[in-house]
Amino acid sequence: MDKHSNSFPISHVIGFFMSLVLTFGAAWIALQSSLSMKAVMWIIGTLAVVQAGIQLYMFMHINEGDDKVTNNINIIYSAFIAVVIVAGSIWVMTSGHSH
Amino acid sequence: MGIKWNEFFVTGDPLIFASQIGIALTLVGALAGLTYFKKWNYLWSEWFTTVDHKKIGIMYILLGVVMFLRGGIDGLMMKGQTAVPENDFLNAQHYNEVFTTHGVIMILFVAMPLLIGLMNFVIPLQIGARDVAFPQLNALSFWLTVSGAALFNISFIIGGSPDAGWTSYFPLAGKEFSPGIGNNFYAVALQIAGAGTLMTGINFVVTVLKMRTKGMTLMKMPMFTWTSFITSIIIVASFPIFTVALALMTFDRTFGTHFFTISGGGMDMLWANLFWLWGHPEVYIVVLPAFGMLSDIISTFARKTLYGYKSMVISIVMISVLSMLVWVHHFFTMGNSAGVNSFFSITTMAIAIPTGVKVFNWLFTMRKGRIKFTTAMLWALAFVPNFVIGGVTGVMLAMAAADYQYHNTLFLVAHFHYVLIPGVVFPIFAGLYFWWPKMFGYMLNEKIGKWHFWLFVVGFNVTFMPMFFLGLDGAVRRAYTYSAETGFGPLMMISAVGSVILAAGFAALVYNIYWSARHADRNIGNDPWDARTLEWATATPVQHYNFASLPEVTKLDAFWHMKKNNELQPLTEDEVEEVHLPSNTWIPIYMGVVFGISGFLLVFEWTIAAGVAALGILAGLAFRSFDYDEGFHVHKDEVFETESKWRKGANKGVKNHVS
Ligand code: HEM
Ligand SMILES: [Cu+2]
Repeated sequence: MDKHSNSFPISHVIGFFMSLVLTFGAAWIALQSSLSMKAVMWIIGTLAVVQAGIQLYMFMHINEGDDKVTNNINIIYSAFIAVVIVAGSIWVMTSGHSH
Repeated sequence: MGIKWNEFFVTGDPLIFASQIGIALTLVGALAGLTYFKKWNYLWSEWFTTVDHKKIGIMYILLGVVMFLRGGIDGLMMKGQTAVPENDFLNAQHYNEVFTTHGVIMILFVAMPLLIGLMNFVIPLQIGARDVAFPQLNALSFWLTVSGAALFNISFIIGGSPDAGWTSYFPLAGKEFSPGIGNNFYAVALQIAGAGTLMTGINFVVTVLKMRTKGMTLMKMPMFTWTSFITSIIIVASFPIFTVALALMTFDRTFGTHFFTISGGGMDMLWANLFWLWGHPEVYIVVLPAFGMLSDIISTFARKTLYGYKSMVISIVMISVLSMLVWVHHFFTMGNSAGVNSFFSITTMAIAIPTGVKVFNWLFTMRKGRIKFTTAMLWALAFVPNFVIGGVTGVMLAMAAADYQYHNTLFLVAHFHYVLIPGVVFPIFAGLYFWWPKMFGYMLNEKIGKWHFWLFVVGFNVTFMPMFFLGLDGAVRRAYTYSAETGFGPLMMISAVGSVILAAGFAALVYNIYWSARHADRNIGNDPWDARTLEWATATPVQHYNFASLPEVTKLDAFWHMKKNNELQPLTEDEVEEVHLPSNTWIPIYMGVVFGISGFLLVFEWTIAAGVAALGILAGLAFRSFDYDEGFHVHKDEVFETESKWRKGANKGVKNHVS
């Protein structure tokens, strides 16, 4: 933390502008573009994940301090679990004739 | 709504009537006894309100042993019913209820409390800490588990037991096919107990990450600590799935939603999917801590460092990932696509690899060791061949195509008992014999222990080995009877006889606890097994603050090296410091009670009353927020006195207990 307090918070500024770009980009794609509903969902979903990453790494200091390794493993494992549960369930429930 | 008062108590079955009377009498007797001997105060201040991880661990173990009696009687009743063809000891409905409660209780209220109890007692000591990270949360976990267990257990005398299997698949478990309230007990009681388990998971992740003593890096942790750590991570990953599934079940049953009912556009298979997304990791949750205990016990009695420590760690980390990827093997036959079945067939076989690595590591640890055949070690030794039978039949079941033959037969029942009993119950017994002296200051008798061991192991094999063959001959599971023409009779009879031997083994354990409490030698020193890890560097039984000064660790098997370098000196006066400990609190037990009450009302679908009772939960949370108790200090003099007492006398005049 200390090493940041004196220097210019460049990563915060980059993060801030990237958040703005991503937010307005998502809004523009949803409201102004003529892409299909499905394409819009995929694009704004992807932008949301990128945005979440920016929050974690640029503002929430996940890569700093004693716990950075733990925090990173934590996030990766949670993402893995979430993907397994959601994507796995969808795959299992829709691919056979069990639904 | 619509619960009739005359259906409140279960009536009309002589067996249940007898237990109702028995339970009422026992309850009155216990209350009267406690009042007469003026034990209330002691219980309240020493146990019910405690936040000490050691006492909480012991209470968990007590809960597990009591529930083992209940679940075991269920098992014996089923074996009695199927011992001969066309038996009418239990009718179909009663048999359904009994295998359901048996399965739920054995997994959630026997295996889990016993393992979490041992974890609670041992882990903080093994990592050189004075308690877990959140002691009060720990007590809350325990009381929620008790609350859930109590709620689940009263179902058979009040309201009726759940009867849709421990898996409670929809549509059977839905309102349409299970209109009574039995299945509400399943949904609500497991929700409450599950919340407790989830908090335990969080607590132990933080404890292991944050509370390790100086010098104990992750790669110097004892194996039991490692496996408990990974188990806790799997708990945190998988229990929320069960929480959600149970909540949806409650909504469907109580409030008329249609998440799992096809008629309203829901998906019944989604329940099976969510259940096993939790259910398979749950299998590893119970088996991993057991593996860790075996590792520590085997290396103690082989008197060698664990072989292949690193590969052991890598395999359990791999298991934590793979265990989330195999759940579909529980419903290969329910109409999945070929792609899904192939994928999950392969992941299931892959998980046998890290498990196999562990088995070989144990064998290599024992190789050329001077093995001491204590009772604890016997359980560890018996584990290997028996568990391998369970594992190999598991790989047979993992082949999706072949599973169409085995599925839902007694072959499967035999398989999972060969995994759960040698893989969980044997190690728990080993752990009890091993750590009992630390908990209570005396050992369990080794001679009665051998009786316990042999009866249980022989009984177990005689009970479950025939079930493999019955299953291959086509005997289905969860069937309350069969005709004489099937030819199942003789093997079923052998299996029933086996279960009586098994029960005799368990009785030997109970007798051993009683006998040892009364007659066992109290002068055993702090390290009766010549062990290797830090919990043995404390007094016996452990002083309430665990360590006077936190130990410093430089190597794996820290205590072993301390003994070698003669570092266990009496403390000098200025080395002793004041010890800061958390105070007792009434909030966790209070929360257990209000959760129990509002859960009970919810089971009966008296939703308004349940809501009102739930205000009590909020009140508990509010009290906790304004609780500024900072704990208390144990004075230097007291610490010094306690320490010099056991350290001076340590191992003087102590008989050698292992030879
Ligand atoms: C103490 C000796 C035990 C005996 C005699 C026993 C016996 C049985 C029997 C007869 C069944 C039902 C077979 C059927 O489908 O008809 C059963 C099911 C089951 N047992 Fe055990 N068992 C014992 C211990 C255990 C333990 C220790 C566990 C777990 C830790 C366990 C977990 C289960 C489960 C999950 C089921 C499935 C319940 C269901 O079908 O929903 N059992 N057992
Ligand atoms: Cu499984």
